[in-house]
Amino acid sequence: MPQQKDTPEKQSNRNDGELRVIGHPRRRVDARAKVTGQTRFADDISLPRMVHCKLLRSPHPHARIRSIDTSRAAAHPGVYLVLTGKDLPIEYGILPVSQDEQALCLDHVRHVGDPVAAVIAREELTAFEALNLIQVDYEILTTISDPEEALATPNPRIHDYGDEGNIHKRVALEFGNVDQGFAEADEIFEDTFFYQGSTHLPIEQHASVATKDPDGKLTIWTSTQTPHYLHRALAKVLQMSAAHIRVIATPNGGGFGGKSDPFNHEIVVAKAALLLDRPVKICLTREEVFYCHRGRHPVLMNFKTGVKKDGTITAMHLQTLIDGGAYGSYGVASTFYTGALQTTTYHVPRYRFQGCRTFTNKPPCGPKRGHGTVQPRFGQEVQLDKIAEKLQIDPADLRLRIAESSNAVTANFFRLSTVNLSECIRRVVKSSGWRENFRKLPEGRGVGLACSAYLTGAGLPIYWNKMPHSGVQLKFDRGGGITLFCGATEIGQGSDDVLASIVAEVLGLDTFDIRLYTGDTDLGPVDLGSYSSRVTIMAGNAALQAADRAKALLAEAVAERLAVPADRLRFAGKRVFDSAAPENGLTFQEAVCLAEARFGTIGTVGSYTPPKSLALYKGGGVGPSPTYSYTAAVVEVAVNPVTGWITVPKIWIAHDIGRALNPTLVRGQIEGSVYMGLGEALMEEQEFRRLPKKLSHALVHKFPSILEYKSPTSLDMPDLFTELVEEPDPKGPFGAKEVGQGPLLPIMPAVANAVYDAVGVRIDEVPITPEKIMKALTEKKAGRAPRFGPSHFPHVEWPEALRVPPPWEGGDGNAINDVPRREKAKPHQQKEQVLSS
Amino acid sequence: MRLPLFEFRVPRTLKEAARILHGEGPSAMPLAGGTDLLPNMKRRQQVPRTLLSLRDIGALHENQVTDSGARLGACLTLSDIASDPRFRNGATALAQAASQVATPQIRNMATLGGNLCLDTRCNYYDQSYEWRKSINFCMKKDGVTCWVAPSSRICMAVSSTDTAPALMALGARIRLVSHSGEREIPLSDLYNNDGMLYLHRKPDEILAEVLLDPLHEWRSTYWKLRRRGSFDFPVLSVAAAARFSPNGAVEDARIVIGSVASRPLVAEEAARFLVGHSLTSETIAEAATLAARIAKPLDNTDFDMSWRKKVTAEFVTYALRELRGDDVTAERASITRLPSA
Amino acid sequence: MVTISLTSQKSAQIRFTLNGEQTDVSFAPYKTLLEVLREDLNHTGTKHGCELGECGACAVLLEGKPVLSCLLLALECNGKEILTVEGLGANGALHPLQEAFADLGAAQCGYCTPAILVTAKALLDQNPHPTRDQIREALSGNLCRCTGYLQIFEAVEAAVLEIAGQDNAAS
Repeated sequence: MPQQKDTPEKQSNRNDGELRVIGHPRRRVDARAKVTGQTRFADDISLPRMVHCKLLRSPHPHARIRSIDTSRAAAHPGVYLVLTGKDLPIEYGILPVSQDEQALCLDHVRHVGDPVAAVIAREELTAFEALNLIQVDYEILTTISDPEEALATPNPRIHDYGDEGNIHKRVALEFGNVDQGFAEADEIFEDTFFYQGSTHLPIEQHASVATKDPDGKLTIWTSTQTPHYLHRALAKVLQMSAAHIRVIATPNGGGFGGKSDPFNHEIVVAKAALLLDRPVKICLTREEVFYCHRGRHPVLMNFKTGVKKDGTITAMHLQTLIDGGAYGSYGVASTFYTGALQTTTYHVPRYRFQGCRTFTNKPPCGPKRGHGTVQPRFGQEVQLDKIAEKLQIDPADLRLRIAESSNAVTANFFRLSTVNLSECIRRVVKSSGWRENFRKLPEGRGVGLACSAYLTGAGLPIYWNKMPHSGVQLKFDRGGGITLFCGATEIGQGSDDVLASIVAEVLGLDTFDIRLYTGDTDLGPVDLGSYSSRVTIMAGNAALQAADRAKALLAEAVAERLAVPADRLRFAGKRVFDSAAPENGLTFQEAVCLAEARFGTIGTVGSYTPPKSLALYKGGGVGPSPTYSYTAAVVEVAVNPVTGWITVPKIWIAHDIGRALNPTLVRGQIEGSVYMGLGEALMEEQEFRRLPKKLSHALVHKFPSILEYKSPTSLDMPDLFTELVEEPDPKGPFGAKEVGQGPLLPIMPAVANAVYDAVGVRIDEVPITPEKIMKALTEKKAGRAPRFGPSHFPHVEWPEALRVPPPWEGGDGNAINDVPRREKAKPHQQKEQVLSS
Repeated sequence: MRLPLFEFRVPRTLKEAARILHGEGPSAMPLAGGTDLLPNMKRRQQVPRTLLSLRDIGALHENQVTDSGARLGACLTLSDIASDPRFRNGATALAQAASQVATPQIRNMATLGGNLCLDTRCNYYDQSYEWRKSINFCMKKDGVTCWVAPSSRICMAVSSTDTAPALMALGARIRLVSHSGEREIPLSDLYNNDGMLYLHRKPDEILAEVLLDPLHEWRSTYWKLRRRGSFDFPVLSVAAAARFSPNGAVEDARIVIGSVASRPLVAEEAARFLVGHSLTSETIAEAATLAARIAKPLDNTDFDMSWRKKVTAEFVTYALRELRGDDVTAERASITRLPSA
Repeated sequence: MVTISLTSQKSAQIRFTLNGEQTDVSFAPYKTLLEVLREDLNHTGTKHGCELGECGACAVLLEGKPVLSCLLLALECNGKEILTVEGLGANGALHPLQEAFADLGAAQCGYCTPAILVTAKALLDQNPHPTRDQIREALSGNLCRCTGYLQIFEAVEAAVLEIAGQDNAAS
């Protein structure tokens, strides 16, 4: 039976002193391929008779398609096929509740860049030229450019579904008697913040190659983080059995959440390959990557927090207004995420959250590193800084006082595991010289502190089911090597190395002895994908289980041969031997052959399903996780008081990681997260141009290029001092928690807090730019509020809140005013049946 | 992203190049480093029928620095210039300007002539064909409206060259060669404050050479403001040069402000003001205010235009303080993110 | 003088030295060096991130100097020497830069890596003992979204020591 729990006995077997692979800085398993340029990314693939696809995209932000005439394009020399929406009408989408996309828009385009037709030709240049020969007759509809406009403009509807008008989703949750909590507060703080949208900007543009196999089945190589979800979408849209579709996720040249949706271009090339019986390739231009987007939602936030004089929080009320862009994507989950994790860092006994996502005529937003939790983390950490100042408590001390504890259950019923937030704070306070510097540096220089928490894997799958979230198969070769099959996708984060190192550790091998086949829906068991920092804990635990099972089998065979109790056997140095008499043993290779002779062909599987969540209320599916990582950061800034020019010379960060499976890779994830956080803090911006309404209906991305969308260069990266806090977490393989996203979160608020320390102005917005600082300084000089940021939160008609009493008010995780789930019709389950047929 | 089709011709001499350019007319464009032209071709902003490669023309690679001045061939790369130890002291501004253009790889390809003739830039223009289609194009290419200033009758695209302000501050002249002859003009006369017709260069003229008089007694500097430490075009630049008398008074000065108009702007009043004075905090502040007055940035680059305007005076003071001999390494490092520059 | 006419010729040819070997290739005349390397010569190690010269992912060495292959016409490379990531190793062994990048976590997704490797190699060929700031500046034209650059700098510094050690051993 699947054994999910890592029992104390098993933990003790993993004696730190005996680990030979885990915890040691190592060359990652795919390093050699990468440094020799041999890693095969999707656009590196070339097949005989391959042809090229280009997409025609809408030039209008919002329009109906009256008609499309493709005849001239189809007749253009060198063009093999032209597709339009009527060739691919079935809707799809990443979430069952928002299946609102079509591979090619049939009759409604919703943002500039929305794909409308596809041309497949011998040469890419020919396909590009033929795009211009397609005549599309559009009926222009009203452009809706931001959430306030969306709230005020219920018609025309961007989508026919959603709460109402152009409101996609509103949620309201209340945990405990929040009004009483405010009544008990000594002080109440209310602040409005704005977090601008940003995009992932992976260096690798999306690319896909689809082909009809020699035996007639469909195969697609594509740069995706979620081959399993793409697999399901292809089956749905192409109306084919998933069993006849193979999705191979090529190693991603960066993903960060931008390659986690099934995409138009993937479905289009698959369809084209089937129709033409030739391989079809598409590689998006950098600009087109901006139109895929699925990046960070712009979020307006209103935080109202009640505290006692000593800083203890009595209640919190958070409202968020979210700019969803043109499609649902992960948006419903994102909406819940903008309220979910506020309770996981500091104890919040009573909490009310209201979130509203609207549609707008811009490329759709989705998951970007930190997915929806980054924006409210900014607001919470900056407000906490304001609270600390008012209460005259040091910001570090305040946080230490109110930090959550290990194994706590939050007001919104998330079960925490190890929580080492306090240790992280202590470490950065020490390493940065916080006590000597905070509020003590000369004018123009300042330090700021902020913390964060992040999930280690979403506790619930995207589509509701009871199957494991990750599976691993191991095949054993008589030559002593192992082949590992798993659906997990290598996006640069090192998932291949994690899997190999776990198996190598358990079975006493080198990672070089293990061959990996990952991200291939034909070869490996399902892994839900590389998102929400789930791979180390989920695929890792599955690998651990598979390896443990193999170890048991081999041990049984060897024990018999050596006449030694199985539990005295050790697997190390490619041998299996008696720990009491080490010279008495077999090579690993001999052990495999022995076991094969004894049991027949050896192969083991392992799988992982997260523990059941305590959050049983509707919406409780977003936020639970087997465990959470914690991070604390101190950022030092230099601000020119005349120009507002800001530079960041140094950052200190401490991350509660459980255990670093490979310190070299862990360092890379932390530094990369800090880098990306700094980019968002200072310069990354999804800005859109609304041309003067009298002259044009245009709403375009201001600069969809990797030049004008600013991302820090080698010259912009500060010195960074990283520390790891390692208390192994029982939920993670060898105690590991996540590291790919958490370290990003505290950077932006720490920069804002540092700016205040440096020049005494609050920038309640991200990005924190010289222009905004200068404006705030001007306000300060004029005797007005020394601040730049949003001034109001608009009126939203919130639904009645689901009331969920927290654990300490006798709650059981259910809402007390909701219709019991069993009795409600479940439309997504009906869709479930469609997908699985 | 594919280039369009083109004819490719490789003349061996300047004379041959001039003849072809004359014969082909405006549908032919010279190709030097290609770092500006090729991206524009891929985005279909410029679609010449014929590319005239200047690479093999020896005369364009001349690099002479003598006591009587300098002659720089238009095809010298920006790397060549940035790393040439002879461009220091008087000509420091040129080395600083060349060394801050784009990135190291681009500087290895990009040429002096190409940077001097750099196409003017704008957020509405430097975009792909599809993007420009969604705004119904713009005045500079295929459309009628200048979206930066919809009521403007001329294009407001911004001058984005780094070497031009620097060389103008150094009093450079250029030699233009065509089929019908050649002429030598002050570099400043090459530029026109119009985003579309930004060069007083006839379509068949090739910028062949840059000429500098001796700069022994001069000090010069170039400051470039941009969001990041590399890649980005300037959002504001200041080139300043001055010649001092033994008692520290300014005998002659030139101040040029870049990237705030469709051409580099000469801050004549500011420079005139300094002549006869020493560089004190008061004179520097006054000169900076006068120089900033001519800057009228528009919303066609990175950064907020009112901020660019507001920081201009401060930026000019950095340059003037450096000419005075102040140690401005901290300010420069903060802007360039290069501690050693 | 050389003329390639777009109407009369569907393909052009060049002969050049690629990674130390004389190479002849035919290609559509409008192609950049990047496209010819990847599509006509099967050297897919060099990548593209933007094709407009704005990211550095396509860097190769032209006569020993880092340039952007997406902005070089293949036609301009006749008779030239080009080095790509595929040519970094020698005698069956990886270049010390490659070993250091692999060991020290300088490659995560690996997409920007080939361009950074050849650019770093050009730096070390010209300046065998660069400071951290010189390394930073030499790589300032290469964007990386994964690493935050720090492990890349350390890998270059480690390679510097390794090469110096090898030189000492050889002399």
